[in-house]
Amino acid sequence: MSALGSVVRAGVGRRRVQTLVMTLTTLVAVTASVLAAGLLLASAAPFEKVFDAQNGAHLSVRFDGPGVSAEQIAATAHASGVTGAAGPFPVLTVAPTVAANSSDMPVDSVMPTMTVAGRSTPHAGVDDLVLTDGRWATGPGQVVLDAKNAPMAVGDHIRFPDAPGAPTLTVVGIARSATASADAWVSPAEVAALAPAGTEPGEQMLYRFASAGTDAEVAADRAAIAAAVPAGSVTQAASYLPVKTASEKTTAPYVPFVVAFAVLGLAMSILIIGIVVSGAVGSATRRIGILKAVGFTPAQVVRAYIVQALLPASVGTVAGLLAGNAAAVVVLGTAGRAFGTGTQAVAPWIDVAVPVVVLAAVAASALVPALRAGRLRTVEALTLGRSGGTGRGRLIGERLGALPLPRPLSLGLAAPFRRPARAATMTAAVTLGAIGATFGVGLALSLNGIAQGMGDRQVGDVVVKAVGGPSAHPAPKGSRGHRDPNAASLPGLSGGAGFQPAAYTGPAASPVVASPKPVSTDAPDPIAKIIAAQPGTLRWFGTGTARLGVAGLAGVTPVATFSGDSSWGPHQLVSGSWFHGPGEAVVPSGFLSTTGTRVGDTITLTDNGHQAPVRIVGEVFDLQDGGMMVMTDVRSLAGLGAVELPASIHYDIEVAPGVSVDQYVYDLDTALQPTGAGSHRNQGVTTNTVVLAMDTLAAMLMLLLLVTAGLGVLNTVVLDTRERVHDLGVFKALGMSPRQTMTMVLTSVAGVGLVAGAIGVPIGVVLHGIVLPAMGHAAGTRIPGVDIAVYSVPLLGVLVLGGLLIAVAGALAPAGWAARARTAVALRTE
Amino acid sequence: MSEPVIQFANVVKSYGDGPPALVGLNLQVRAGEALAVLGPSGSGKSTLLNLLAGLDKPSSGTVTVAGKRVDSMSESASARFRRERVGIVFQFFNLLDDLTVLDNVVLSAQLTGMSRGAARSRAAELLDSLGVGRHARAFPGRLSGGERQRVAVARALMNRPPVLLADEPTGALDSASGEDVKQLLTDLNSAGQTIVLVTHDVLLAAACATRTIELVDGRVVRDVVAAVR
Repeated sequence: MSALGSVVRAGVGRRRVQTLVMTLTTLVAVTASVLAAGLLLASAAPFEKVFDAQNGAHLSVRFDGPGVSAEQIAATAHASGVTGAAGPFPVLTVAPTVAANSSDMPVDSVMPTMTVAGRSTPHAGVDDLVLTDGRWATGPGQVVLDAKNAPMAVGDHIRFPDAPGAPTLTVVGIARSATASADAWVSPAEVAALAPAGTEPGEQMLYRFASAGTDAEVAADRAAIAAAVPAGSVTQAASYLPVKTASEKTTAPYVPFVVAFAVLGLAMSILIIGIVVSGAVGSATRRIGILKAVGFTPAQVVRAYIVQALLPASVGTVAGLLAGNAAAVVVLGTAGRAFGTGTQAVAPWIDVAVPVVVLAAVAASALVPALRAGRLRTVEALTLGRSGGTGRGRLIGERLGALPLPRPLSLGLAAPFRRPARAATMTAAVTLGAIGATFGVGLALSLNGIAQGMGDRQVGDVVVKAVGGPSAHPAPKGSRGHRDPNAASLPGLSGGAGFQPAAYTGPAASPVVASPKPVSTDAPDPIAKIIAAQPGTLRWFGTGTARLGVAGLAGVTPVATFSGDSSWGPHQLVSGSWFHGPGEAVVPSGFLSTTGTRVGDTITLTDNGHQAPVRIVGEVFDLQDGGMMVMTDVRSLAGLGAVELPASIHYDIEVAPGVSVDQYVYDLDTALQPTGAGSHRNQGVTTNTVVLAMDTLAAMLMLLLLVTAGLGVLNTVVLDTRERVHDLGVFKALGMSPRQTMTMVLTSVAGVGLVAGAIGVPIGVVLHGIVLPAMGHAAGTRIPGVDIAVYSVPLLGVLVLGGLLIAVAGALAPAGWAARARTAVALRTE
Repeated sequence: MSEPVIQFANVVKSYGDGPPALVGLNLQVRAGEALAVLGPSGSGKSTLLNLLAGLDKPSSGTVTVAGKRVDSMSESASARFRRERVGIVFQFFNLLDDLTVLDNVVLSAQLTGMSRGAARSRAAELLDSLGVGRHARAFPGRLSGGERQRVAVARALMNRPPVLLADEPTGALDSASGEDVKQLLTDLNSAGQTIVLVTHDVLLAAACATRTIELVDGRVVRDVVAAVR
């Protein structure tokens, strides 16, 4: 082996702790960088990526009626502008119910109307489906559900009561369509078996076009298709653009948060590599002097130390790539679920770029101190390496020694001043960790507060639905909540796309009332009267949704009407106040920005040629219906003759203290029987997919940042302990006990940790104050102040102490080694 | 006759598979003695000193110093022992470069919990008595070898230890400084301080010691009480 090889091997093999720390540092840095880069990429236009990967359909068209033949439908694949087509696939609209299942869904619950398409394979050339669980349906009795139909799972069963024989199908797979072209898929022959008596399945075609970037272009494409078939054959045509818009609104809020964490993670990785590697080489100045004294040239010395750094770094890099890609399965999977795009893999170029950058950073970090030491005169290098910073910080050390503190404490507090540059880099590492922790904790608190404040959840102990409970006869079409792809900016925040498990626990309801219900602006409606009169009722409010016109706005606007005392409802105010009576309303931020109105302005609700002005008294945090839902007292609609969607009418009830909720529900159900309404115990807030995803991502990234910061401290203290081992021997020879030695070492980092916490926490708070409103802006809303001001004074104190904790945790191991070091051996160390 | 202040009983010390550094050492030192331990390199002199100071443990046998069984102490007890029962003067001084002379001297007292004021007062007295009081605020790097060794002696005496250990105290000094330290040790022993002095310098042993032993290959081959100094 060459002299250089011997030097390198000895340097790596003898300094086992340092080698291990360098390996771990690059491992963590690479893992964090792979995840950060992967997340950044995943959050950049995720819909487009999935749409392109799955050859998503620009337009999904349904053909019905005897006037169009299969050949004519197939021929539309050659219509003007079509670049790709799949089908025709038999398709049906059905109204299934839940059958036996392992997903805790009430059997016989009514499911939303479902579009079922017949496909023999998930790959069709256009709208390729990705199986996320199970397998494809290969025969009768099997169905594959769209991924949005959670919580149904593989193995569950669905019944089709309208089909001859009311067949029950088994869910054999879950698949994802880029544009949700259907809600479920079966084998083509199965479609006919599911058709209710007297009905015929339609035909579905899926198209890609040369020009489909705007609504106008898609409309033109639709017209071209319609022109190719007899008039009236096209019964449905769904553009991909609303899905794209909804997806962008879902993913946009993530971007500021992902960018913040990714930047922190990448900065931390580079900083820690710099700290560890340059520290290791810098502490070897005396060794470099010895090498030069025996004949190594400066160039040989520099080469030796770069190789010595790259060896463990290469091992760490490989391990980090494996760990990063493994962790990405979870992290990117979580992000994908929140984006609604499914798991994306780490792009191959990231697996190449990250190692190159990290190893380059390692080499550069080793090069600078190695060059410096290599250029020093040999005798200088020998002296510099031994003196250990003579003169630095002595005055401060003297002053600290005069404090009435136990000597090990004052010695420890003085230590950072002996090596100010090293202390500064350690402070930087812990500061970044404190920033990450502060930001992550604040984000979790804010997001959970936002989830609590989402207006689409029930509050109180009991919920009454005007149209509720399981029924043997499914209600006619239109009586259940419909699924509107534009319904929510953040679809996951509604806990699921439209399926409402009844969780009904009381007596069976009367036949479902299906027709729209006139808004009752008189004295409390019959259901409200019963609730108010029910013993045990503490307070209640009712709500329903109507679709009205708003002067100056095209189309209809959703209007939520409230009866009773709605002041304790779930909504969080951004500004202004909740309405106090008729003629007042609160609106979301999206409504204000869309209409150009402000709190204090008056808007006019219209219906049936009548008008009802309402004054906007508050801005509310709400994302339902694209942030356009107006909320007002039901009496504001007097004289409009408006109707409410029956499925939207529900009542939230708070039960008096000491009253059994289950008994209350039973008694109330008995009283409600003549009305057809049903009550159930409020199941609480369902898990919010988006918030859960963000919390998970934040927790994982925060953990990485904290580990990286701890490694930076560990390395610095190891170097320091090694350099001062002779001094440690002197202390121990004079009678410093192991506990005193540990105290001294831990105290040397405690001050740094506190200072870093004091610096990092305010920065983390500021970062949170920038990112959260940016996330809201991206989602088209303002965030309520209560969800931004989440840092209480005690919490800030704990977070500052977190800096101390990071530092102490990183120093624990070397402190223990120092305490256990053999005194005689330490004294002999030069 | 008073109880011995140092007692080695059948002490053996081995390092790994090599020959033992000490072989069946039996040795007693009485209070007020100045014992010089002579011997060539590798004879076991430093090992003997390390065992005395509790810096190492024997492979077998017992070591008792000032009434304490040093061979069976825990690390913490050993540290306390060194604070209270022995003072150590090293060949290369082992002063901490980033503490002043005064702070170096008070260090061992502060580790026992002595108040800073009391420690500084005692330290100043010691430094003055050793002729280096004027350097109290200086850093060790500015002192000559002889002056540093005097500071090291002051540090070793801070807690009034029953036993003073000196490991080649003149080994790193020029002859003039060495003479100074030689005289210092003689004066201390004349005042009643028990001293164990490890050296290869026969002249130093003759000048300072009241008794001399010679170690060869871990065994005592000569044990001579010195004539009147």
